[in-house]
Amino acid sequence: MHNPRTILSHSDLGTLFATLHAEGRHTIGPTVRDGAIVYDRLIGPDDLPTGVVDEQAPGRYRLRHEGTRRFSWSVGPQSFKRWLHPPELRLFRATRTERGFAVEKPEAPPPLALIGARACELAAMAIQDRVFLGDVVDPHYASRRRDLFIVAVQCDRAASTCFCPSMGSGPRVSRGYDLSLTEVVDEAGHRFVVEIGSEAGRALAAKLPLHAATTDADAPERASAEAEAQIARRMPTDGLREKLLGAVASSNWDDVASRCIGCANCTLVCPTCFCTTVDDVTTLDGTHERVRRWDSCFHPDFSYLHGAGPVRSSVGARYRQWLTHKLATWHDQFGTSGCVGCGRCVAWCPAGIDIVAEAERLAEDA
Amino acid sequence: MRLAVHKFASCDGCQLSILDCEDELLAVAGAVDIAYFPEASRRMEPGPYDVSLVEGSITTAHDAERIQQIRRESKVVVTIGACATAGGIQALRNYADVEQFTRAVYAKPEFISTLETSTPIAAHIPVDYELRGCPVDKRQLLDVLVASLHGRRPAIPNESVCAECKRAGHVCVIVAHGTPCLGPVTHSGCGGLCPGYHRGCFGCFGPSSLARMEPMTEVWRSLGADDKTIDRALSTFHVASEANAAERARLEADDE
Repeated sequence: MHNPRTILSHSDLGTLFATLHAEGRHTIGPTVRDGAIVYDRLIGPDDLPTGVVDEQAPGRYRLRHEGTRRFSWSVGPQSFKRWLHPPELRLFRATRTERGFAVEKPEAPPPLALIGARACELAAMAIQDRVFLGDVVDPHYASRRRDLFIVAVQCDRAASTCFCPSMGSGPRVSRGYDLSLTEVVDEAGHRFVVEIGSEAGRALAAKLPLHAATTDADAPERASAEAEAQIARRMPTDGLREKLLGAVASSNWDDVASRCIGCANCTLVCPTCFCTTVDDVTTLDGTHERVRRWDSCFHPDFSYLHGAGPVRSSVGARYRQWLTHKLATWHDQFGTSGCVGCGRCVAWCPAGIDIVAEAERLAEDA
Repeated sequence: MRLAVHKFASCDGCQLSILDCEDELLAVAGAVDIAYFPEASRRMEPGPYDVSLVEGSITTAHDAERIQQIRRESKVVVTIGACATAGGIQALRNYADVEQFTRAVYAKPEFISTLETSTPIAAHIPVDYELRGCPVDKRQLLDVLVASLHGRRPAIPNESVCAECKRAGHVCVIVAHGTPCLGPVTHSGCGGLCPGYHRGCFGCFGPSSLARMEPMTEVWRSLGADDKTIDRALSTFHVASEANAAERARLEADDE
């Protein structure tokens, strides 16, 4: 696709929102809440972070004010997973009738536009596509994914927890988006270099007050290079699958278990973890609802078998299941790694357990 | 369905949670026959009952007899709240001299007839379901009643508070604010209530079944909490739980 780069001035961000709203879309994107950048429904550009940057380390996340940029931060605790694969979803409702029962399906969700998706987010979506749109299609994910419009943002800054280059997932946004923005702030003003990634993106761009990019045309590459230069953390991906599967009896699992609380936060913040449980709920009048909720392989009930109890009864066994699935057997199941290098499991582990450091030690063991 | 609500050593807060089901209360009263609930009604009918909700812990010899009678009269026994399920805050006596307490509190301590320990209901009789919390969560309470009416298993997930925070979209107060929080080792059921208001969880639902206290202690220490603070955090509603008691003993041994 011929891809001429254009400029959207910062003062025209509102037009981007209005154009997406005119298509009937809800705009979902970053906003500051309770000391973190979370994704929520946005009304307009005023809801975006302004001059907020993040500092991340294992078990630690802080925001501070710096500059005037809207997107100069790395990913926060949430991923766009919660909008495509919601944490709690009513699958159906059934009510008794005279001759049996009537089933009512949930309302179709409104079409969404995701604003500010980074390369690792898009890589995670591509992985969840393989999970939910593979041999067995999940209709709930499919209905949210189908009409999605994605406004990606090129990272120009990285957190200490980021390791996307070693997972081959970033920092450059190169596919899976409709429009991408690179933020530029200098003497000439505050603006975004716009790249078009799809026909839908081209159609939307035609409705925006864009002008030709002259000196800024290489801004996306420069931003990515700047972000990549800040990334020191590297997953040792070479032969990692074989090494981890060869280390199932390693004493390192007991070592990590001694530091692991077993709280499941790593799986809950992971943008590719997809496990759920299903609960049947009834109301007093006999209305029945079936609800699907995020679950985790760290929960004791997750592997509970009648008569046998939890199959993975120790925290070490659960951590091993998570790590070997994410980094090794995911390849066998879905043809990719399950990790995109976003670093959320590192930053949001209360105990600061670092998946990269653990993988390194286990790989050495093999 | 005949329902009874019994009280042992407790503050009545969990019983009030039933009355707090404002929107649903009339529907509950319409669907079940509330045969015995002295907190709410003068009508007190004898058993048998289909479901007995039991609040409070066993702290007197009379309690210990009365709970046996309740078990005999009830098809299903559900303990409601931290006192009935874990012994409650009054189980602090299990680690102290109860006579010292009665002398400090009562003008005429000789009138007080009490056991040396406060124990959960399950230490005395088989219990069908345990609802945790100080007080219980009213959604869980309603679900147990509705599940009993419809003959299904109540939905009481066995997970950490973190799971509820993450589903609710709450920002982690440990990682983003540096606030000590017991959520990672605490049984879910509250919906992540305190962290949702920027406060650390203080563990009123008690340790989850896989609570690993040692690494939790390390996290609290890294946030600047001293061992006395950690000991106090583990000495509340679930002071008598196995996990809290073991960690407190470990901290004490460390100190020596």
